[in-house]
Amino acid sequence: MARSAATVAEGTRSDTPGPRSREEQVYAALGSVVDPELDEPVTDLGFVRSVAVRGVLVEVHLRLPTSFCSPNFAYLMASDAKDALVALPWTDRVVVELDDHHDSDLINAGLAADAGYRGTFRHEAEESLDQLRETFRIKAHTAAMERCLTGLLRARPDLAEESLGEVTLGDLPDDEHTAALLRRRTAVGLPARAEARVLVDHRGRPPADVPLALRRARSTRISIDGNAHFCRGLLATRYGEEPAFIPLTTLTKENR
Amino acid sequence: MYTKDGEKYFIVDAHVALWDARPENQRNIHGKQFIDCFYDYHRNLSPEEEVWPYEDYLYQGSERLMHDLFEIGYVDHAIFQPAHLGEFYNNGFGQTEEAFQLAKANPDRLTYNHHWDPRNGEAGLEQLRADAEAYGLKGVKLYTAEWHGESRGWKFDDPWAHRYLEVCQELGITNIHVHKGPTIRPLDRDAFDVADIDHIATDFPELNFVIEHVGLPRLEDFCWIATQEPNVHGGLAVAMPFIHTRPRYFAQILGELIYWIGEDRIQFSSDYAIWTPKWLIERFVDFQIPEDMTEYAPLTTDQKKKILGLNAARMYDIPVPAELDILPAPETLVGPRQPEAADLGATAGV
Repeated sequence: MARSAATVAEGTRSDTPGPRSREEQVYAALGSVVDPELDEPVTDLGFVRSVAVRGVLVEVHLRLPTSFCSPNFAYLMASDAKDALVALPWTDRVVVELDDHHDSDLINAGLAADAGYRGTFRHEAEESLDQLRETFRIKAHTAAMERCLTGLLRARPDLAEESLGEVTLGDLPDDEHTAALLRRRTAVGLPARAEARVLVDHRGRPPADVPLALRRARSTRISIDGNAHFCRGLLATRYGEEPAFIPLTTLTKENR
Repeated sequence: MYTKDGEKYFIVDAHVALWDARPENQRNIHGKQFIDCFYDYHRNLSPEEEVWPYEDYLYQGSERLMHDLFEIGYVDHAIFQPAHLGEFYNNGFGQTEEAFQLAKANPDRLTYNHHWDPRNGEAGLEQLRADAEAYGLKGVKLYTAEWHGESRGWKFDDPWAHRYLEVCQELGITNIHVHKGPTIRPLDRDAFDVADIDHIATDFPELNFVIEHVGLPRLEDFCWIATQEPNVHGGLAVAMPFIHTRPRYFAQILGELIYWIGEDRIQFSSDYAIWTPKWLIERFVDFQIPEDMTEYAPLTTDQKKKILGLNAARMYDIPVPAELDILPAPETLVGPRQPEAADLGATAGV
């Protein structure tokens, strides 16, 4: 199962001329797949082990920090990856496999047969993974909100914690934290208007106790940040020398 | 006992194991995957000079455990928290007989906790009664992601779990250590969710629930549940070694815990043999919240003493020399404990 990402990439280098090679398109499509728990793309996390493109055939191998990462998240990422690749206009046959996981056989068979979540996990599945996704979309919004408000507190020491309930999107600086918050707000269905309040729950309700709501949001942000760090560290420990897949063409451009 | 700068610390390592993951005990590929996962935890979070060779990691044996904990590790008392993993290992992962005999031979230094599984039904209840008598149980360690035939996990809202807890209460097995694992049925929801603890903590006010790994990877959910229940505690297994790899994150974990659950309900543990207690204790005593993290108060020496041993000693009635003991802090039973109490009722649903 193990293969060298560099070798695979080299074999397909001259495949498709054009503005973007098919390999790059595959990589870009995989960049839309997010680890819901860590709220980061699988490409940034190093979860893409290899990509092989032969004409209209694509084979992608994914890897995770441990054999015992939660199987529902593992399946979500692998099936999202397959969906993203099938959606590319030129792909005809897409194989996505998860390597080295305790549920690799089950998940890979389910993906190959397009069995869906319930078809893959049978008696262990009830309805869908929608609720799981929603739980983590809400957490991602909470964390993004806390980053913005804590950033504001640090930038403006005169600001009282109690007054944060009045802060609106328009009060936030035009930076990456604000951009991230706007994306998370859209994901949970909250408006992006400048006059909209920042400190709200996923349904737009302001809290009764502002400092306590901020503390709770902070614990969510700390938890997500900590997990992301731990997962990256474990992945690096587990796979050591073996780098994640990056398209050669991308590498070449970056080196120029 | 650990002494530094004239201060003496009574040490209770509240989560240790005596495991056997050698190939001859591995039942299938998952036995290897499981110990490899532990070994990656160990390699990833340990200082370089503390990393063991893989072979040493597979099995330690009684002698090495006694050496690592008590001869060089400063530990006064340690508590076995075994994981059974019967589907992965022929003779189980935690070595029941060896650990129990060791505890029997060293009652002033070791406490043996056992485990149960609600999916064993009536027969398991009988077994629990027999085990309680044979081992003189004060506590149990429950791993919710234990595989069991077709099932790969259970939750505390299972009516059978309720019955097992009733028997624990009846038999005086008061300390329920919970490790939330990743595989559970149905897979529709977050397996690490600790919400089911909320209900049993309310239903069994006489039992202590120690959530291992302080709920990681769901620290926030743990803090929120624990702050509302007077009998929910946090075990620092797995959180401790971040003190080395990521001290600022460790500071945040501790800061959050002290805010939400207070200084009397946090228990130190090395999670031996994933890590060894010596370096963790030395670093913890030297540790301080970074000055720029103004959202958290600095850690006091008394808080460190409580976390390193006095809290677990109180829960397990482990005798502490009078000159080393400290009274619990005058904290509220529920709601954020520090720096000041807050009325949670007013913010329900936030």
